[in-house]
Amino acid sequence: MSTSKFKIIAEEQSQPLTFNFSSENLTKAKKIIKMYPSNFKESSIMPLLSIAQEQNHGWLPKKAIEYVSNFIEVPEIKVLEIATFYSMYNLSPVGKFHIEVCTTTPCMLRGSDPMLDLCKKKFGLEIGGITEDGLFSLGRVECLGACVNAPVVKINENYYEDLDSESLNTLLDSLKMNKKVKIGPQSKRKGSEPVK
Amino acid sequence: MPKIFINEKPIKVDDGITVLQACEIAGIEIPRFCYHERLSIAGNCRMCLVEMENSVKPVASCAMPVAEGMNIKTNTEMVEKARKGVMEFLLINHPLDCPICDQGGECDLQDQAMAYGKGFSRFVEKKRAVKDKHLGPLIKTHMTRCIHCTRCVRFSEEVAGNNQLGTVGRGEDTEITSYLEKTIDSELSGNVIDLCPVGALTSKPYAFVARPWELKKTNSIDVFDAVGSNIRLDSKGDKILRVLPRINEDINEEWISDKTRFAYDGLNHQRIDRFYVRDSNGDIQESSEETVLKLLKSKFSETDKKKIFSFCGNLLDCESIFSFKSFLKKINSDNLDCRQDNSFFIPKKRSSYLFNSTISGIDDSDLCVIVGSDLRKEAPIIGARLRKRSLEKDNNYPVIRIGYKYDLSMKTIELGNSYSSILNLQKNMYKKLISKAKKPLFIIGQGPLCSPEGEEIFNYLLSLHNSLVKDFTWNGFNILQNYSGRVGALDLEFYNKKNTKRNNIKDIYNGKYKVLYLFDADEIDFSKIPKDTFVIYHGHHGDKAVSRADVIIPMPCFTEKEGIYVNLEGRAQISRQIKMPISNVEHTWEFFNKFLSELGIEREYNSIQELRNLMFNQYPNLMKINECKSEKMFKVKSVKRNFSKNDILSNISNFYMTDSVSRNSPTMSSCSLEINNNI
Repeated sequence: MSTSKFKIIAEEQSQPLTFNFSSENLTKAKKIIKMYPSNFKESSIMPLLSIAQEQNHGWLPKKAIEYVSNFIEVPEIKVLEIATFYSMYNLSPVGKFHIEVCTTTPCMLRGSDPMLDLCKKKFGLEIGGITEDGLFSLGRVECLGACVNAPVVKINENYYEDLDSESLNTLLDSLKMNKKVKIGPQSKRKGSEPVK
Repeated sequence: MPKIFINEKPIKVDDGITVLQACEIAGIEIPRFCYHERLSIAGNCRMCLVEMENSVKPVASCAMPVAEGMNIKTNTEMVEKARKGVMEFLLINHPLDCPICDQGGECDLQDQAMAYGKGFSRFVEKKRAVKDKHLGPLIKTHMTRCIHCTRCVRFSEEVAGNNQLGTVGRGEDTEITSYLEKTIDSELSGNVIDLCPVGALTSKPYAFVARPWELKKTNSIDVFDAVGSNIRLDSKGDKILRVLPRINEDINEEWISDKTRFAYDGLNHQRIDRFYVRDSNGDIQESSEETVLKLLKSKFSETDKKKIFSFCGNLLDCESIFSFKSFLKKINSDNLDCRQDNSFFIPKKRSSYLFNSTISGIDDSDLCVIVGSDLRKEAPIIGARLRKRSLEKDNNYPVIRIGYKYDLSMKTIELGNSYSSILNLQKNMYKKLISKAKKPLFIIGQGPLCSPEGEEIFNYLLSLHNSLVKDFTWNGFNILQNYSGRVGALDLEFYNKKNTKRNNIKDIYNGKYKVLYLFDADEIDFSKIPKDTFVIYHGHHGDKAVSRADVIIPMPCFTEKEGIYVNLEGRAQISRQIKMPISNVEHTWEFFNKFLSELGIEREYNSIQELRNLMFNQYPNLMKINECKSEKMFKVKSVKRNFSKNDILSNISNFYMTDSVSRNSPTMSSCSLEINNNI
């Protein structure tokens, strides 16, 4: 088994010195807290972390975790537990295109390992790494819930499905050149209907 | 009471317990890693699988509540196979390093692998490796060994209440850590070492020191605070190598504080093992018993008995205190005291210095008022017990606190920091709250009682207590003592009955006394003692007193003699002898007998047994080992209603260094440096 980590906490030099919610996010956060009973403050950790991540260009610095923990008076470790558990939270800077390769069983059986290798080789990246130009970063995730279209890669908010080495390669190239790309299945399928 | 069948045998058990507990009652041992009776149920190790009729899959017995007519089987082939499978999975990522692991010989995983392990591994892939974490000066980590039972996480959340440990990551990448590897600053952190079923969390000071089967185990009690936790001392040769808790539901349950667990290494440092006398140049010179006795004889015969003052220390056993007291009686000196901190109490009234509700009484109480006591520093075990009570199901346990704020990790009602804020209890709102409670608990710390206002505070709180509490069968007026020897000394009446004013220390500083006999007492300010006072220090550690003492007499410390200690509830317990005294130092009673012969006075006893009989005759309550006699509260008058605006402070500022032993312990000093600086 590999010893790779889902999450790598960013080096000290890329950590910002402070983190505070913007006034807009502050009102949002206060609204979220009101949705949960006062003795279940922990419930609001996830939406608050999402807001923080959005505000900080797609990743959570240490200061953001501490800020959220202070904000709802929950121990720091409880917030860190959640931030490290879910693959949707990034703990180090991510690129403009954050590639997340699903490696859970169905995708793995349908060939997610070659997809991961291709991404690694193409950009010279390791899991958790980011290219020098800041365009691409790579991550490995657990089931994205689109097994019927395996293998699946998620780039930012969108799923790219039914991939093979060739289609993934062209997809990444066009993203790099800022071309428009097709979202969803990269094969002839429209959705998840049976292959003819 | 549901009736269930375990291996075809019918058994009636209490409602609401789990299958694992039912099996335990039936005398069947179920292997387990994550389940612990004092922690919440996690159900994540899967080792406790049993077969249940009508269930296709084996069930985790620790998380399955019993139900009427259940048919449980624990000895079938299916159970055996399931447990073997779980064990194989657990061992996949567990290193095969038992020969160099400190847990070896007392490891749950090792023991259970003997029963359920395959003996070989089918796993040929790479094993996972996890970086070790820094959790402070007490806990050594070897995280590759961790099997993620999360006992430590649950302990820190549920018992210690500091919430500093957690599981980060998921799946194969799960790791136990503190937030960014911060030092754990709990006073109970050492207990995770006992809880860890594998060698992931081990004791740092005990690392690579000994194997469990080489150790001599002695059941004893702790003397570093007044709680009197039950402990087991593990020693090899004449060295104590570690301290472990013993279960006593009435006192410490299963936990001990970090000072109890780790301060023992102070016993091997800075010991006084011979006699010293200060010469005319002010240097201390090694001396012999004969010279010292001659010197003391001349001093004692030339000084007026009224000019001699004696203090006894905070960590002394009853036998030593009694031997000193009977010596002082023989030489007709009655200036004596056991309170170097001027603490207030009422002579002959035991309830004025005891924790009257008893420690287990906390579980029955339904409200708590804390006045000037830092439970985390003064008695972490009581703090944990109180926290446990406050978090119980009804979740309605008001804790009212007066005194400075510290993190008690429970909801509190804060009434202010100063002495004058004690009067806030007079407000109708709080009066109502207290009188509504059936069994209210008052905990009064030594901080306020040692202050000049101690007497007024005691009287005020007691009269308030008496006016609000209706149930006379319940005595919840508690004084929290800080030192293990204090209650014993007060029980033995080691104070001047004629002079109960609290001015002894002032008199010493003002030079009223010419000879000061410090019997293991070194908590006073030695720079304030006048130059012409002759100071005798009779103790076991070369600590503060040594720099001032004119004569130094060695004595054995608490592990070198058997002695009775009375804990803060008034419960007499026996501390056992682990080894012979260092350098064959004489027992205190032997020394006092020699001293009496030198002075030409007849001795009262010739052996420790005779001494004990004498003591038991006069103070029969010391004879009742492990018994706790409940005391009635009494009425007081004269209540002063204005207190100063000064802040209430705890008597203990540094939890890790409270006495001559812990001050000389390397482990405690590294804790003090690392943990106290982080807070």
